Amino acid sequence: MAVTSPPKLDARKLRADFPIFEQQIHGKPLAYLDSAVSTHKPRQVLDKLRDFYETSYANVHRGVYTLSERSTAEYEGARQKIADYVNAASPREIVFVRGATEALNLVAYAWGLVNLKPGDLVVVTELEHHSNFVPWQYMAKRTGATLRMIELDENGELDLSVLDAIAADGDVKVVANNLVSNALGTINPIEKLSAWAHEQGAIMVVDGAQAAPHKTVDVQALGCDFFAFSAHKMCGPTSVGALWGRLELLESMEPFHLGGHMIRKVTLEETTYGEVPAKYEAGTQPIAEAVGFGAAVDYVNGIGLEAIEAHEHELTVYALEKLAEVPEIKLYGPPADRRAGIVSFNLGDLHPHDVAQVLDQDGVAIRAGHHCCQPLMQKLGVAATNRASFYLYTLPEEIDRLVDGLHKARKVFS
Amino acid sequence: MSDFYREVILDHYKNPRGHGPMERPDAQAEGMNPLCGDEVTISVALADDGETIDEVKFEGRGCAISQAATSMLTEMVKGRSATDVATLPKEELLEEIGIPLTPIRLKCALLGLGVLKVALHRAKGTPLPPEWAGLASELEIS
Repeated sequence: MAVTSPPKLDARKLRADFPIFEQQIHGKPLAYLDSAVSTHKPRQVLDKLRDFYETSYANVHRGVYTLSERSTAEYEGARQKIADYVNAASPREIVFVRGATEALNLVAYAWGLVNLKPGDLVVVTELEHHSNFVPWQYMAKRTGATLRMIELDENGELDLSVLDAIAADGDVKVVANNLVSNALGTINPIEKLSAWAHEQGAIMVVDGAQAAPHKTVDVQALGCDFFAFSAHKMCGPTSVGALWGRLELLESMEPFHLGGHMIRKVTLEETTYGEVPAKYEAGTQPIAEAVGFGAAVDYVNGIGLEAIEAHEHELTVYALEKLAEVPEIKLYGPPADRRAGIVSFNLGDLHPHDVAQVLDQDGVAIRAGHHCCQPLMQKLGVAATNRASFYLYTLPEEIDRLVDGLHKARKVFS
Repeated sequence: MSDFYREVILDHYKNPRGHGPMERPDAQAEGMNPLCGDEVTISVALADDGETIDEVKFEGRGCAISQAATSMLTEMVKGRSATDVATLPKEELLEEIGIPLTPIRLKCALLGLGVLKVALHRAKGTPLPPEWAGLASELEIS
């Protein structure tokens, strides 16, 4: 039997798809190491947006005329692509939203506000982005439920030994966690947490914003109930994302946004709601953006998620090794085999803003801040960290330029 | 060397002027930028006329811009009248800093001045000018 070698991608070749890399920043080629916050867009997606507006655009689900039918077919075609992308049982389980944040708010309002009551437990983790933390903290306050925390160990991984103690304390109704941490890159044990959540009779809500662009996601294998992700972190347009939810939950839940398109019948006395997913898609949706999201799925699938994951893993191993050689660096997060392509660090006492500013002078873009994870920063005992994050177009020499920049920053401020 | 961090900024960052605590200050305030964690506390001693700034001390931690700007500020305002400094336009400090600042870094640069203004207005019992109220609230100055 032939041994198949792991799939490879050619990042240098792929960069030709991204017009943004044709420019220089401060006279240097752009080393964009901030893909965790948002990725750049390939021509294939940009061309699709333009082509759609020029040839097929109209509002969807409205007219009987040809253009509206064409537009609707494109929009629903994108929904099918996205459903296949995460292995949803049906495209009806995909709700178009503005992004992962809106998806998580939808669940917090349409499920949480209705189902939580005083004494219930809502379990979140110290690793959450504010988008999967603040809505639950808010809903717990509004409903009288109690927010409980799964803390981190010294590796930046979840300490699941608290689960039994939490279960003994009350009725767990919601468990919320990201599949990949945006701040540390930690890959979290969602299958295990989903199983535990269901033993408690709770729903499992997964923030997949940092996972879906970078690795194969199978929502059925994860065993969760909701999975939220954004197009703009995976080569797609801003202002569109998807919420995958189990059909029976989406059908039984209350609506979120109210208005046009989401109704079945409206009278002066009463309104009945439309079928899922229309029930959650009030008003004119980001139609072209959804179509662009479909094009981004095609683009990413064309390269292959296995190849993307392998490429980012190689970069992460390389980055952790090279960064460890920088004097006074403090690296956060788990070893490379248990993390995605995200590396957070601090350089001695230097403020991350100063480090990022020195790097910017050499065309190297990294993130400096709290990464919308203030509870995690408090845990780490810092106000902010530097973060470098990778994608399919990242080159190893960009990591070399990052390391050179860190040596330079030390020299500037020493 | 970095073009952004002029020699004078680096000098103030590495050797901050007026750094340290002050016992029994006549005016004092503190501020914190929650976005980046920069912190500054400023203490002012007034001369016997109750008007001339005799000494300014600051304590804090954070990025080079926030700390260097506050250090420069302590030198700028020493010997001037408290009323004058309470109404000092921000441009005077920004000119001294002398580098182009993005909106995010502008807040770092103005943290110390905002703290000093709150301290002086409070000591004198005058209201903080409205154009500073937004920044003072954003930078949690009190």
